[in-house]
Amino acid sequence: MQTFVYERPATLAEAVALLDAHGPNARLLAGGTDLIIRLRDGSARPGVVIDVKRIAELHPAIREDDGIVTIGATAVVADIAASEPVRRHFEALADAAAVVGSVQIRNRATIGGNICNASPAADTAPSLLVYGAVVVAAGPKGTRRIPIDDFFVRSGVTTLGPSELVVAIEILVPARSTGAVHMRRTRRRGHDLASVTLCCSVDDTGVTRLAYGSVGPRPVLVTDETGVLADPGAPDEAKAAIFERMFAEASPSKRSMRAGPEYRLAMLRVLGNRAVRAAIGRLEAKGRVEA
Amino acid sequence: MSGMANTLPIEITVNGRRRALRVAVHHTLLDVLRDDLRLTGTKECCLVGECGACTVMVDGRIVDSCLMLAVEADGAEILTVEGLAENGRLSPLQQAFLDKGAVQCGFCTPGQLMASHALLEANPNPSLDDIQEGLAGNLCRCGCYVQITDAVLSVAEGGHR
Repeated sequence: MQTFVYERPATLAEAVALLDAHGPNARLLAGGTDLIIRLRDGSARPGVVIDVKRIAELHPAIREDDGIVTIGATAVVADIAASEPVRRHFEALADAAAVVGSVQIRNRATIGGNICNASPAADTAPSLLVYGAVVVAAGPKGTRRIPIDDFFVRSGVTTLGPSELVVAIEILVPARSTGAVHMRRTRRRGHDLASVTLCCSVDDTGVTRLAYGSVGPRPVLVTDETGVLADPGAPDEAKAAIFERMFAEASPSKRSMRAGPEYRLAMLRVLGNRAVRAAIGRLEAKGRVEA
Repeated sequence: MSGMANTLPIEITVNGRRRALRVAVHHTLLDVLRDDLRLTGTKECCLVGECGACTVMVDGRIVDSCLMLAVEADGAEILTVEGLAENGRLSPLQQAFLDKGAVQCGFCTPGQLMASHALLEANPNPSLDDIQEGLAGNLCRCGCYVQITDAVLSVAEGGHR
């Protein structure tokens, strides 16, 4: 590994000033589960590495106030999977966090790192899209909020400015009763990157939201407001037609090692069907608890 | 700066002993444990966080020490496989690995022990599924998975296998 200058800012202002001063020569280090591999193989050669884990403003990791759950950028996915407010309000995000890498990876990998790497296969991305998460970014001009659907561009590229960093993810607790689930296909059980990821939510007015990843340059969010998908009695042909429209943006790479495009497109439909059923099941289970 | 190592002082507690060190900023925790502290029980293998041979505990949580810079561990408490035995006696988990034949070539064993140790600390009575998930980040190329899960089950609370 080539050497670099290691910076460990204690405040957000220091971190922004460092980013501003060093520009593209700096890289942010959060969990390091992607960056350290890239530093070692030479595909990233920053002059300055800025470790963001001890920035005071990024703590505490996860909190709930006034119907908004805020997850600090450096919250590790193991803590998100175990978080009481996340499990209560955003069960599909808890599902997704629980399947990232291995225990060792989940103890280091952060949600900020997961979305900033912007891998099309990022496990937390589909559920954040379905829940309408907002990315809080800080930069030289202050703080701004970016809807997550406007954040992802393509692998490794987001709409963050060159001197901006992610401070937190905010998610509004759904006003309607909602059931949601995250599913994925991998080549093997255990530790693997996903060949297809999919998150589905169904609310009590029959609106179905789907987000899917690893089948194109960025994860995609689509909504069905006809109520057909959310209706367990609707005919399969009617549902299939809606899925075709929702999956129209999937364009898997022919060059990926993990799975061929035909397999990914076929599995997207399988996961779509399973996830809708599972989300309806969770919604109904909540109805029983509340009733 | 070329040719000059960029170093920083850190303080870490390793297996209960406080150590003040000056480390190169681009050296991983794995590099420092093995090369600076000569704790070579922790193994270097895939270097991409897939095999788990370099697993150690940092502040009570297992991590792949190949994916963490030593400077990131500044102030942390670290447990390596060398810290599992007490007063020269193997821990019950280590003894179970021997008794169940969970060690063939032995290269993955330190990582398997650390992951199993962490699993049992968090969940003293794990199911087979819990063990498989808890050890999913530790590969064994000899294929001793059945013996490894047997060893962990045998020291779990109420485990008699």
